[in-house]
Amino acid sequence: MGSKGICDRVAIVGMGCTPFGEHWDKSVDDLLVDAANEAVKSAGIKMEDIDAFWLGTMGSGISGLTLSRPLKIDYKPVSRNENMCATGSESFRNACYAVASGAYDIAMAIGVEKLKDSGFSGLVTGEVPNDGTAAAVTAPASFSLLAPAYAHKYGVEMGELKDVMSRIAWKNHKNGALNPRAQFKKEVPIETIKNSPLIAGPLGIFDCSGVSDGSAAAIVVRAEDAHKYTDKPLYVKALSFVAGPSRGPLDPDYDYTTFEECVAVAEDAYQQCGITNPREQLAMAEVHDCFTPTELVLMEDLGFSERGEAWKDVQDGKFDLNGDLPVNPDGGLKSFGHPIGASGLRMLYEAWLQLRGEAGPRQITNGKKLALTHNLGGSPGNCVSFISIVGSELGV
Amino acid sequence: MRGIIAYGAYIPSHRLDRKAIGDALGAGGGKGTRAVASYDEDTTTMGVEAGRIALHGQEANSPQALYFATAEPGYLDKTNATAIHAALDLEPGCFVADMLGSVRSGAGALRAALDARVPAMAVVSDIRIGLPSSADEGNGGDGAAAFLCGESDGVIAEYVGGASVSAEFLDRYRAPGEQVSQVWEERFGEFVYVPLAQKAFKDSLSAANVTLEHIDHFVVAGMHGRANKAFVGSSGVRKEAVTDDAVTVIGNSGTAQAGIMLADVLDRAQPDQLITVVFVADGVTVMHFRTTAAIASYQRATTVAAQRADGRAVSYQSYLTWRGLLNREPPRRPDPARPAAPPSFRSDQWKFGFECSRCKNCGTRHLPPARVCLKCHAVDEMERERLADVKATIATFTIDRLAFSPSPPLVAAVLDFDGGGRLPCEMTDVDPNAVAIGDRVEMTFRRLYTAQDVHNYFWKARPVRGGN
Repeated sequence: MGSKGICDRVAIVGMGCTPFGEHWDKSVDDLLVDAANEAVKSAGIKMEDIDAFWLGTMGSGISGLTLSRPLKIDYKPVSRNENMCATGSESFRNACYAVASGAYDIAMAIGVEKLKDSGFSGLVTGEVPNDGTAAAVTAPASFSLLAPAYAHKYGVEMGELKDVMSRIAWKNHKNGALNPRAQFKKEVPIETIKNSPLIAGPLGIFDCSGVSDGSAAAIVVRAEDAHKYTDKPLYVKALSFVAGPSRGPLDPDYDYTTFEECVAVAEDAYQQCGITNPREQLAMAEVHDCFTPTELVLMEDLGFSERGEAWKDVQDGKFDLNGDLPVNPDGGLKSFGHPIGASGLRMLYEAWLQLRGEAGPRQITNGKKLALTHNLGGSPGNCVSFISIVGSELGV
Repeated sequence: MRGIIAYGAYIPSHRLDRKAIGDALGAGGGKGTRAVASYDEDTTTMGVEAGRIALHGQEANSPQALYFATAEPGYLDKTNATAIHAALDLEPGCFVADMLGSVRSGAGALRAALDARVPAMAVVSDIRIGLPSSADEGNGGDGAAAFLCGESDGVIAEYVGGASVSAEFLDRYRAPGEQVSQVWEERFGEFVYVPLAQKAFKDSLSAANVTLEHIDHFVVAGMHGRANKAFVGSSGVRKEAVTDDAVTVIGNSGTAQAGIMLADVLDRAQPDQLITVVFVADGVTVMHFRTTAAIASYQRATTVAAQRADGRAVSYQSYLTWRGLLNREPPRRPDPARPAAPPSFRSDQWKFGFECSRCKNCGTRHLPPARVCLKCHAVDEMERERLADVKATIATFTIDRLAFSPSPPLVAAVLDFDGGGRLPCEMTDVDPNAVAIGDRVEMTFRRLYTAQDVHNYFWKARPVRGGN
């Protein structure tokens, strides 16, 4: 892959994140105003100090006006972008490049999504007029394809795999219970998870991420300017993004036990900042646990587990808050909730809190200095994927 | 020699036990079962399936005309036969036309195909609906049949002549837009029909120069069971020649009934036998056929008997829901969008013809067709290849309980086709609890859903009928 990266050239100096959940009393505008102002305050700047904005939303508005109108931004560049579930991360990536290029001194990346106004269950996306031939399965159904394929390939009994899936949900709920901003702030007994009503294939309601409203934002500057704003900046070590050729639905060689797009971004991101053993070197990872089998497969795709071993590592607690590599310490999409355009920045918000020692009762104390955030958007074999790695110190 | 070159009947796999009607409503029903078109079938899709069975192995005999008859059309104004034409991948120059509305149009389509000066196919199809507990509900049946007619050495049943008597009177009728028909007093219909049938039958014997003692198979079809019975009794035809009307298992499939019965006879007939078909509908039409030596070596994809035996039970509640007689709570999901006309037009070889693109450079199949090869990235080096009759194996699958479906839950599978190519696709006629990786499936043409009056036709996978 041809990416050279911008390791240590950009820093995050302020962040904001609304609580995620069913905000019946807040509009998209309200969520944007809340997250943007919290980020600005965190960086100790004024909104007028920001030179350019990147707004990520999948369906809660179109154009930069979605942000400039509620914030009353006076004639500045505001880009609106969309890349499915990697939308918030895409805003962040583009804002970082803009600052790294020297075009702007201070940029804001902000993501927002308001899913609960639709009145429907699950995610609803606008369709391009089409010929009606694409299989009309829902997101949980397309990700549920991973479960029997994984079980089949590695000889795991479906009953045992269901235990593994339930444990992932249990862990993320346990983490979310320690997070005042999470949508579901309570632990859920593993038996409740296991016996929850089926949604698609072996996925029960508790295997699915929370459908919610929320917004999150980051202020980025060139690394050399970071200490003007904060004593504890986070340096951007790696940014990687790919869109796949949609091989999965076309090619019988694809076996639904991996996201090749995620393997590609992991390899790219690790080489940008010299990571050779992610499970050892990372303090934590926020990964895209849209459904429990997704998190399982990602442990292998991101190099946290050997192929065919993740299900055992999950059962052994390797990714628990006090495990070898805590995964989704803030509760993840599962418990924190998944307002599409905001999720990538919400993950960075947890890295921001953890690496600065501000995560309260869920503070990770392994002393490591690097955190990874990861998104994927689409479906198995047919997706986009993103990884960022941020660190609290300069140098690799 | 002109006659039938190829034929096929399609009986949908679902069966409603008539006893379930009486159990639920305290009235109606009866003994035996009736065939039920699934929620994703209509007269067009069943016509396609019958056409596929008829055209099996008939590459040398492409129809140049197609007549589609049904009393329950998917569309008015817009021709339905064009979808059948497209799904059967017939030649662009093939003339198509619908004959819609009346049960008699089934006789019309077969007559038109026999009379055509080119190889012509008649497709007859029907879905019979009655009010809950009515005789029409219990006795009706759904199904389709197709007959390729022409002049060639391959004729398996020569048309030797016939006769018609037309008459205007009120027996069975239905106003446009109504779901169920009305029938005048039964004894009145019998009073009118029996003499008409006797006259048409007599005229037909002299026209075809045959005698009734030589009739080997006597097919009498029509919605008026009592009149049919009375005519058969008075006809003088040998009792053992009278064909079972299949009502006990399939039901009376109206426009398609005579076609299905004729197909059943052709499944069993020996060379040099006389087959007589009597259509009793708003007058009477009689057709005599004589089987040829070619029928002995005729290759059949399936038979009526095999399909009649291969039924899956459907509950009365599901049946009522499928026919729109019982409105049930939908999932909290958006209604599906109607397929848009321009994209459907651009992709008709895919949507209807089920043609993939195969890379001429490296052989990779792409479903749906693509211009750039996934494997070798060659641009515009594709050729079209129809996969409608290629079987596939399930790579993985899911049961989607959240998705909109006219009959939840939606079962979806990733199909790997024999010889290459993959498609994630909906399944149908399947027990959600019985799907497994490695199962063998075949493609079937279905109506996925209807949105804003637009029928979304496409292909689904079903377990291979009659085993592998």
